[in-house]
Amino acid sequence: MGHLNANPVLDVASDKTMILNMGPQHPSTHGVLRLLLEIDGEAVVRMMPDIGFLHTGIEKTCEAKFYQQVVPLTDRIDYLCPMVNNLCYVLAVEKLLGLEIPPRAQWIRVMLAELQRISSHLVWLGTHAMDIGAMSVFLYCFREREDLLRIYEMVSGQRMMTSYFRIGGLALDPPLGFFDKVKKFLDIFPEKVDEYENLLTGNRIFIDRLKDVAHISAEDGLAIGLTGPSLRASGIDFDIRRDMPYSSYEKFKFKVPVAKDGDVWARYVCRVQELRESREIAKQALEGLPEGPTKADAPKVVLPDREKMKTQMEALIYHFKIVTEGFTVPAGEVYQAIESPRGEMGYYIVSDGTAKPMRVHMRSPSYANLQALPMMCEGRLIADVVAAIGSIDIVLGEIDR
Amino acid sequence: MPLAPAVTDLEQLKDRPVLAALLAWNAKAILGAKFDHDELSIYIARESIREACTQLKAQGLAEFLSDLTCADFYPRQPRFEMAYHLLSIKRKDRVRLKVKLEGDDASLESITPVWPSANFFEREVFDLFGVRFLGHPYLRRIMMPEDWQGHPLRKDYPVEGYR
Repeated sequence: MGHLNANPVLDVASDKTMILNMGPQHPSTHGVLRLLLEIDGEAVVRMMPDIGFLHTGIEKTCEAKFYQQVVPLTDRIDYLCPMVNNLCYVLAVEKLLGLEIPPRAQWIRVMLAELQRISSHLVWLGTHAMDIGAMSVFLYCFREREDLLRIYEMVSGQRMMTSYFRIGGLALDPPLGFFDKVKKFLDIFPEKVDEYENLLTGNRIFIDRLKDVAHISAEDGLAIGLTGPSLRASGIDFDIRRDMPYSSYEKFKFKVPVAKDGDVWARYVCRVQELRESREIAKQALEGLPEGPTKADAPKVVLPDREKMKTQMEALIYHFKIVTEGFTVPAGEVYQAIESPRGEMGYYIVSDGTAKPMRVHMRSPSYANLQALPMMCEGRLIADVVAAIGSIDIVLGEIDR
Repeated sequence: MPLAPAVTDLEQLKDRPVLAALLAWNAKAILGAKFDHDELSIYIARESIREACTQLKAQGLAEFLSDLTCADFYPRQPRFEMAYHLLSIKRKDRVRLKVKLEGDDASLESITPVWPSANFFEREVFDLFGVRFLGHPYLRRIMMPEDWQGHPLRKDYPVEGYR
């Protein structure tokens, strides 16, 4: 962090190029990202990303917490889709424990994960359009996101740091009126996507700024570690939800949007279509929602219901034990990957058989996707850098961790 | 679902395509294998990791490097275990390559020439664990400040840091 001085980049002898610092306080770097640009006039000759300004050592902190205490930390990795992070972590721990999750909990997890994908893509769409110069889209996107934040607040008590998915199921069954509210949102949402597309997809200025800009081929994308919608926009038809399903995704029907061009426009098209597909998945989850418990039958791992705790001695003992000394997880290691809005999010957890994880590593999609940025921008104009950053949809919280 | 016990016998696992390919390439470089939680881990000799990755990529058994990281088992020796998570998009399968490293000589060959995406991941492991990658194009700290002392994710580094 902060160590990149001009010397390794600057070709002093030729005196042709100059160094330009972009960030870390630049509004269109979407957080505290510093880009070191070597420019020749208006053209970018070389680019070096400098990260680490937001490093909080979450991976180290996880090693000092009980397994269930790590869940709130995962919210703070990718703060635009906390439940997707929760989901990835709890799936990894459940894999280590060999826990079976009741279908109702899995369905609600899928529904909320897709709503999170929508709200995350809305932030991307709003800020990306604003970087290009379309201010009003930002306001429309945040209007719908506000509805979603209210839904998260209703179900978990928090707008952003939800911690709603727990090891073994959900924190609580959703409250009364929750499903009606979700249904209402899903019913109006397609019109709203039409509205955004009306403003952008046919807009001459927007198209000119996005088409044939920051191109990356499928081979380069695979080599540099690109995942998610950014890779699918280069023509690789791979989605972990469909191809290596987790949390009952194999029971849902949905299309995976793929584009061939690999430019900023293709990435825009893929993500906007994903907005519609995510709505379809959430709708299926809502309509086919099974009845039953939302927590696994594992009293040594899952906290008991409040009511049980007040009336049953056993439940009180289990509650006391889980809270004071945690629960042990059999020794072993797992790597659980899921499709986050940005790409492949993976949790690598090593357990040594105690109540605290020995190692928690987060494979964050933004971290790998950021490496593709120099490849996209070098040799192009400086104004395209802004469009390229928006198109890979990075979140600095999960890059620096 | 009850947990199935881990399979560590090479004989039982040798039918798996990745392991079969690696055994056919150089059986001496394969130090062991483990199948646990539906995931295959293969232990590779330290000096063969880059070639093993090159082989798997060339034979089309893994075209994508998902993740590269390390875990510290201090005070056990060898204390570091590197983990390379490879993905095959074609076969929809993952495999984990593992390399054990001694604490006093924690270095191995960089796989950045095979997969450029390893660049940032290796820099992160170098920064937080102090493992050196030979042949890496730009091995500098990435998360911590340049003048930082120590490697925070090592187990002998206190969680609160040094005060």
